[in-house]
Amino acid sequence: MTIIKGRTGEWEMVIGLEVHAQITSHSKLFSGASTTFGADPNHQVSLVDAAFPGMLPVINKQCVVQAVKTGFGLNAHINLESVFDRKNYFYPDLPAGYQISQYQKPIVGKGYLDIDLPDGTSKRIGITRLHLEQDAGKSLHDQSPKDTYVDLNRAGVALMEIVSEPEMTGPEEAAAYVKKLRAILQYIGSCDGNMEEGSMRADVNLSVRRKGEKKLGTRCEIKNVNSIRFIMAAIEYEAQRQIEIVEAGGTIAQETRLWDTTKHETRALRSKEEAHDYRYFPDPDLLPLRLDAAWVEDLRRALPELPDAKKERLMQQYGLKAYDATTLVADQAAADFFEAVAKGRDGKLAANWVTVELFGALNKLGREISHSPISATQLSELVGLIEDNTISGRIAKDVFEVMLETGQNPAAIVQEKGWQQMTDMGAIDAAIDAILAQHADKVAEYKSGKDKLFGFFVGQVMKATGGKANPAALNDLLKKKLS
Amino acid sequence: MGFVQYAPMDTETVARVARLARLAVSPDQQKAVAGELGQILAFVEQLNSVDVTGIKPVAGVHDDALRQRDDVVNDGNCAADILQNAPQTMADFFVVPKVVE
Amino acid sequence: MSTLTDLNMQQLLVGLQKKDFSALEVAKTYNAAVEKAAPLNAFITTTPEQALKQAAESDARRAAGKAGALEGVPLGIKDMFCTKGVRTTASSKMLENFVPTYESTVTQKLFDAGIVSLGKLSCDEFAMGASNITSAYGPVINPWTGADPVHAARQLVPGGSSGGSSAAVAAHAVVAATGTDTGGSCRQPAALTGTVGMKPTYGRCSRWGIVAFASSLDQAGTLTRTVWDSAKMLEVMAGFDDKDSTSADRPVPSFTGACGQSVKGLRVGIPREYRLDGIPDYVNKAWDDGIAMLKNAGAEIVDISLPNTAAALPVYYIIAPAEASSNLARYDGVRFGLRVPGKNLIDTYEQSRGAGFGPEVRRRILIGTYVLSAGYYDAYYLKAQQVRAKLMADFKAAYEKCDVILAPTAPDTAFGIGEKTADPVQMYLEDVFTVTANLVGIPAMSVPVGLAPNGLPLGLQIMARNWEEETMFRAASALESAAGFSAKPPFRV
Ligand SMILES: [Mg+2]
Ligand SMILES: [Zn+2]
Repeated sequence: MTIIKGRTGEWEMVIGLEVHAQITSHSKLFSGASTTFGADPNHQVSLVDAAFPGMLPVINKQCVVQAVKTGFGLNAHINLESVFDRKNYFYPDLPAGYQISQYQKPIVGKGYLDIDLPDGTSKRIGITRLHLEQDAGKSLHDQSPKDTYVDLNRAGVALMEIVSEPEMTGPEEAAAYVKKLRAILQYIGSCDGNMEEGSMRADVNLSVRRKGEKKLGTRCEIKNVNSIRFIMAAIEYEAQRQIEIVEAGGTIAQETRLWDTTKHETRALRSKEEAHDYRYFPDPDLLPLRLDAAWVEDLRRALPELPDAKKERLMQQYGLKAYDATTLVADQAAADFFEAVAKGRDGKLAANWVTVELFGALNKLGREISHSPISATQLSELVGLIEDNTISGRIAKDVFEVMLETGQNPAAIVQEKGWQQMTDMGAIDAAIDAILAQHADKVAEYKSGKDKLFGFFVGQVMKATGGKANPAALNDLLKKKLS
Repeated sequence: MGFVQYAPMDTETVARVARLARLAVSPDQQKAVAGELGQILAFVEQLNSVDVTGIKPVAGVHDDALRQRDDVVNDGNCAADILQNAPQTMADFFVVPKVVE
Repeated sequence: MSTLTDLNMQQLLVGLQKKDFSALEVAKTYNAAVEKAAPLNAFITTTPEQALKQAAESDARRAAGKAGALEGVPLGIKDMFCTKGVRTTASSKMLENFVPTYESTVTQKLFDAGIVSLGKLSCDEFAMGASNITSAYGPVINPWTGADPVHAARQLVPGGSSGGSSAAVAAHAVVAATGTDTGGSCRQPAALTGTVGMKPTYGRCSRWGIVAFASSLDQAGTLTRTVWDSAKMLEVMAGFDDKDSTSADRPVPSFTGACGQSVKGLRVGIPREYRLDGIPDYVNKAWDDGIAMLKNAGAEIVDISLPNTAAALPVYYIIAPAEASSNLARYDGVRFGLRVPGKNLIDTYEQSRGAGFGPEVRRRILIGTYVLSAGYYDAYYLKAQQVRAKLMADFKAAYEKCDVILAPTAPDTAFGIGEKTADPVQMYLEDVFTVTANLVGIPAMSVPVGLAPNGLPLGLQIMARNWEEETMFRAASALESAAGFSAKPPFRV
């Protein structure tokens, strides 16, 4: 729990998130127009999306499938009957003057997910509901001084609105929640989780109260925050703002706010001077959505392994520590990559090479694992070379650098550079003899009790052999000779 | 459940509802409109006399389940049709007076 | 004028098939008829050139042996159906310049069957009304004037909302016309003009491409000269459409085949609650006559009860405006329709919608917005949905005892333009006998049975069970032949 020290005492926050996740589908929720990102304005719009007179919605089965699968991923109750309602309000990017959404009877009810916190613990966060709804179009306010431009390409794209219970207490928990949710959606394939393209946006509901207080404070909703970094920053800013107001004797106005990504502050929406009255009612163009229990059960059975289960398995199967397993399963591609590297290899060693060396390198390059310059097969081969003593771990790091630069296979690099470990006992023996002869004074010092010099001799032999001496063999031999 | 007795339709309510419906009702029309709406409400309040205890509301006449479409792209890509009737456009965008957020 | 325009659809189809005349000759005659009928103000947009072109194509198809079911039949289309390339206004100023780039499913089916379109027929604005006086393009005039001097001295309404359709059919300016029926909009105008008006079961015809008024009630329908003509049209218009989630995936039976079949043993229900106070004697007498006609034809008459009848109109005037307030939110002057520039965006919305919609539409949007708004939803909308459920239960129970229901269509004959406008509720009472069929979804049709003492036509309504249009047509055609209604309005092309 994050505790904030105010002027007058300690404060805690109560946070709930409403995440809008764009469903992965070819066509829109109620029309056959494409959902591809980045088309020319109004080129992915059907007459239905633009709400022309007489146009009618027909639901996309795939979107229903995705919502049900996601519901299972959130350990949630699937409602076999749900209803689509109209949420009525006027806005230029909402062509019909209403959004088709689900209000009283959503497709998915209560569930939960377990978030993984930085200290290695986990916490269960309740899911209130998941419902299907249409996305709006896009209004561009900065193209002209007097006008707003409207592009309806996104209008009607299917969204899942996933509502959490107000059970998070700080920015880290909120971040962990979004990360875990994103991982689950990606595993299921119901949302690509791409926050830059707006595939996932969060509305943050936040209130503050004095530490230990039971009663909830007045909350504000910060709309459409589109990165984990911004979610954390917005929470920090907003909590501070609310505390300052209350400590100064003020009261919090329940309002909708925006996160200003340039000024790094939240501010109230100006256009909402009137109270909302959405006049929800069942959409008479649509009938109740009824799902067959057996069909739903089939979807459940066909679910892929989800992050928590995969983490357990990686720990069991490969002997990984919780920390490494958590890191790996956070991204399905990373977990898959790891398993490809670890195939037939030592799991811990493979995990180390993926999470430390590879992740470090990718980080520096600013690349996703899907665009790794080193393939899983190549990295697996490198781990293999360490395991069969062809190279030492230290040499492996040099090989890794060359792989990054050239994309060559590790065996070829080792071959070309002549970096194979010296396993010929005779050669190591000769190298040791030469070093001991060179440093007779140090040998004497060692024998008189200066144990620390052992490392010095190892280093000198390594240097003489170009680092290729097998460390274990070298140790054994050296010990014998010095005793 | 009977009808709650609400205040009769007044000009303030007309103004509030007109705002929600984004319909200009000029102040000099408000009184007349309030009168008409009041008459209609008084008429529909005959429903008061019907006992609906335990009755499940219906939104439509047939109790069929919603038919679901296959996820195929077979529509859209008709910007000319979409924009052709618009009062104001620019570079394939619809244009409206600037929205202030 | 030519006797060609006096042929009903059935006769016209026979003549076209026998090559007594060509579709082009028919279209030319009807183009002239449409012009001659101009004083009725039934059309908003006429399409004479298109009619000639389509007629020529129709003749070519017939010559090639590819004649469709309605090959060469000239129809008028209610201006609620979106027609590709032809302005579609819904009788509103809002859509004065709206030219759809698409064709409604129902009109597409009609065109595919070979019809020739003479143009777009006026109606009440967005189909909201029972008199056609709410059209932004002026009232439509009923070709009937009545016998007595009181009536003859004034112009009468053709009913509504499909008033352009009923007037044009009655005056023989078209062979038949499409209509839409949300609360009686095909049946009531038919009753007021001596024509046949029909709405099928909800879901029988696709709503795709029809300007929406109240989605859970709207159905396409017909205005025709005879019951058979209506059955023939519906055979073409009906059918499953995967673009409408409320369209039923059911086979379309032969409705014309049901016409003329015996009603022997058919149980005809007479709802006792439809004997309303304040209804003129001649309406009840026409009803009694109708009962006798069906009885003579072999039907069994049964007394039935529809206990919640009085609640139907209030339910309708909550549900229809509620749905309409939402359906009409799309008319915001952004993508199509009228835009009146305002001080800012919200002002632009308010001015555009304030100017684009007429008083009745504005009224219904406001009522609909009100009954859905916070604090009122349960008392109005939810309650209306519950009473709607009770009405459905009433009919279910009644149809255990009978196969069809016979009732008056309208509470009186046609009234004068300008009457019943002071109090909006007065006008709403026109739908008292018709709205229930929409709330319950059942097929219903009005058949002209005679003239009132004032010389104006009266209609009776047959309602059947859901999906039993065949039974409806069977009873309606029996009533039609027994009544033998042959009176013609004084104004005829
Ligand atoms: Mg929300
Ligand atoms: Zn939402």
